[in-house]
Amino acid sequence: MDQINKSIGRRAFIRNTGLAGGGLILGFSWLNSCKPKQVTEEQVLQMPKEWFEINSYLKIGDNGVVTILCPNPEFGQNVMTSMPMIVAEELDVAWENVMVEMAPFNAETFGMQFTGGSQGIRRRWEGLRTVGASAKQMLKEAAAQQWGVPVAEITTENGVLTHSASGKSIGYGEIASAAAKIAVPEEVTLKTPKDFKVIRTSKKNVEGSKIVSGKPLFGLDYQYEGTLTAMATHPPAFGLKLKSFDATQAKSMPGIVDVFSIKTLNDDYERNYFDTNAFTELVVVVGKSTWEVMNAKKALSVEWEPIQNYSFTVDRFGAKAKTDVPSGLESSEGHYDQMVAMASKPGNVVRKDGNPEEAFKKAAKVIERSYTCPFLAHNCMEPMNFFAHVTEDSAKLAGPLQAPSLIEGTLAARLGLPVDKIEIEMTRMGGGFGRRAYAHYAVEAALISKQVNAPVKLMYTREDDMTFGIYRPSYHATYKAGLDENNNLVAFHVKAGGVPETPLFANRFPAGAVDNYLAEQWEINSNITVGAFRAPRSNFMAGVEQSFLDEVAELAGKDPVDFRLELLDRAKNNPVGEENDYEADRLAGVLELVKEKSNWGEAKPGMFRGVSAYFCHNTYAAHVVDLAMEGGNPRVQNAYCAIDCGIVVNPDAATNMAEGGIVDGIGNAMYGTLSFKDGAPQQQNFDRYRMIRNSEAPKNIEVHFVQNEIDPTGLGEPPFPPVFGALANALYKATGSRKNHQPFITDRELKG
Amino acid sequence: MNNVIHFRLLINNLRATNWIMALFKLKINGKESEVDVDPSTPMLWVLRDHLNLVGTKYGCGIAQCGACTVHLDGTATRSCMLTVSMVGNSEITTIEGLSENGDHPVQKAWLEVDVPQCGYCQAGQIMTAAAFLEKNPNPTEEEIEMAMNGNICRCGTYLRIRKAVKMAAEG
Repeated sequence: MDQINKSIGRRAFIRNTGLAGGGLILGFSWLNSCKPKQVTEEQVLQMPKEWFEINSYLKIGDNGVVTILCPNPEFGQNVMTSMPMIVAEELDVAWENVMVEMAPFNAETFGMQFTGGSQGIRRRWEGLRTVGASAKQMLKEAAAQQWGVPVAEITTENGVLTHSASGKSIGYGEIASAAAKIAVPEEVTLKTPKDFKVIRTSKKNVEGSKIVSGKPLFGLDYQYEGTLTAMATHPPAFGLKLKSFDATQAKSMPGIVDVFSIKTLNDDYERNYFDTNAFTELVVVVGKSTWEVMNAKKALSVEWEPIQNYSFTVDRFGAKAKTDVPSGLESSEGHYDQMVAMASKPGNVVRKDGNPEEAFKKAAKVIERSYTCPFLAHNCMEPMNFFAHVTEDSAKLAGPLQAPSLIEGTLAARLGLPVDKIEIEMTRMGGGFGRRAYAHYAVEAALISKQVNAPVKLMYTREDDMTFGIYRPSYHATYKAGLDENNNLVAFHVKAGGVPETPLFANRFPAGAVDNYLAEQWEINSNITVGAFRAPRSNFMAGVEQSFLDEVAELAGKDPVDFRLELLDRAKNNPVGEENDYEADRLAGVLELVKEKSNWGEAKPGMFRGVSAYFCHNTYAAHVVDLAMEGGNPRVQNAYCAIDCGIVVNPDAATNMAEGGIVDGIGNAMYGTLSFKDGAPQQQNFDRYRMIRNSEAPKNIEVHFVQNEIDPTGLGEPPFPPVFGALANALYKATGSRKNHQPFITDRELKG
Repeated sequence: MNNVIHFRLLINNLRATNWIMALFKLKINGKESEVDVDPSTPMLWVLRDHLNLVGTKYGCGIAQCGACTVHLDGTATRSCMLTVSMVGNSEITTIEGLSENGDHPVQKAWLEVDVPQCGYCQAGQIMTAAAFLEKNPNPTEEEIEMAMNGNICRCGTYLRIRKAVKMAAEG
């Protein structure tokens, strides 16, 4: 049992008075307890007459119903279910008696309310358990006082406290009012994994019934009396800025309230790392309805002019860095040529083990390959949008964002308001994938509201969303490997770079497994904005590294799984260097598991197999894909996946996440491209930006988790990057040619 | 019918010269609704902005993603390209009207399979599936894939969508 210090405060719980109406009974459908085919037999929770706040995360009703708040924003990773499950586990309450609400944004109470980097469950694990355990302790102490028995003799189960010696028992709801007066314990005892009853069982999405019945959940659905609709026009190309505009026609159109320009960031403002924004001056149309605003936006007459070179200082969590932004209208073809040129020159050495130059000279066989990928747009199904109502002395905002604390300061600086006068509500997000960590659109909404002195909902059209991106960068990597006469890998060289950032992870596998190792990087400045995209940098490096290792294994005449396991054995038993960012036995573990589950080695007629394994975001994932050619088109038939993310909190939801990562990986590897010509994105909507569709997703996916009791790590990102490699390796088997440049399929047929 | 065509021509003529509003009587989810809007307004925005039915989602505006799918006399239709003036006497069903208590067989199957991740596209997926199963109650796997191909799910829940459609078909 671990004892940990209490770290949560007892700050004011945001009371939901709507639910606490005396004697009011509200129907509440709860589906997770239902057996197959009985989803209509809903358990209806009866609302309590009174709620008792035990701590800032949970309140208990007089009838034993518990409301648990989810502190982190939800964008489909299912934290609204899994985080409260962790609290419910330690509280020892039946999941059927739990209701979930999204917490308000309040960093002081809830800490970092951030969805990204697959860090939610990992960082909240101990804290959420403490929340549940300390509430349980307070209930126990209240019962001990009432019964006059030692607190240590009281046990809990399913929301009931029992003192077996005296035969006394009481429900949480009956003792909640007394428990609320107990001091928060200094120390609590957490369960050992073998005692888990909620964690490691599959619970259904707590918002499932709202989603399937079309309830307003998303930012675009947000409703507020008197809200106007706004849209903004940004430059049609990176490298351009606003020169002037003529609003005469747009202003005269029906339903239009105002047309004006806004400046999102002040000139002297020092940006934080998530203030990425190429288009800080926009022309805005505000009106009464979406269609009217869309039409007026089309009628705008705007002149753009080239930007000059500029630079700004970015505060990257305390470390200040200067960013240079070049002028010019960039094109993908130009990027490619620049990247090839940079790759042919020496880069900045990030890691060097042994003597790679000498080892390559002596090697019996040497192989070198180069890989590239294009920019990608996030393409969240819900386009960027935000609600804002700014008055003279306060601002109320609501909408989809991954990290309210990252934009709060920007808002405060731009509006000239203290942060405590800015309220941000986190709505459910229609996808995020990293894009909504850059919530410049919240600032834009606030400035528009301030200008028109009314509540406003800013909405991006799909075209706005795709062409005002914070994209996945375009990358290039060159790999070189040397084998000795016995086909042992004796030298390894990776040189990687991109526009505008390097994707290199110098200390990841196979670093540590090769005596002579060199890692270099380079960067090319650009005026195209880039940022986090599901597993940043890993989403390129995993695929190309695993593709290259496949080719090295072939050159060595070894089975690709055995070849990787051999290297991992070396990294485990006799690692080279000390800073290797992975645990070799856990990486080998997922490879071994996927090998077993996929019956690796067994020949299947007409089926072409590829394997890959990768470690990123604290989680290990390995894939085997079986591909078949259907009428000349490759289609993944089966995808086998093995994951080691420690304890799996909600297994079916975790499986869903892995399935999604695999489908998303196949889609982006096969079709994903955002290309530029003269600074302008060439894909502006789904007619030209090819997204994976139902009939292109694998026929079957099997997800297997390594069973252990290691504290949980995340799943949003890790299953995604290695898919690119497994797919490339299977495509090689199917077609005889290596797929070194993404996307693998460039022709397209229009669908829809 | 002639009247309808005549009316549309009239609208087009008026639109060419000036912006006009017009009163439309619509049958939505079994109820009569009246809206006073520009005749070129897509039903998507009529539903969302004027009738407070926000379950139908905007995804692309060009009938490529399926997030805005509604039923027009039972046929799955992209409401982003369906102007209010084209609806006439046809009946529109949105996700809010698919069932009274969210218990249409397709909705139940969606919950049972626990399909959604972010959930944004799912109303459109469900509307497409429900209309499809009305016409083809015993589909093959391949027919399900093709029927659902026009609906993009960025989270990649396609396998669960197929499974739920199959489950709904099997009852």
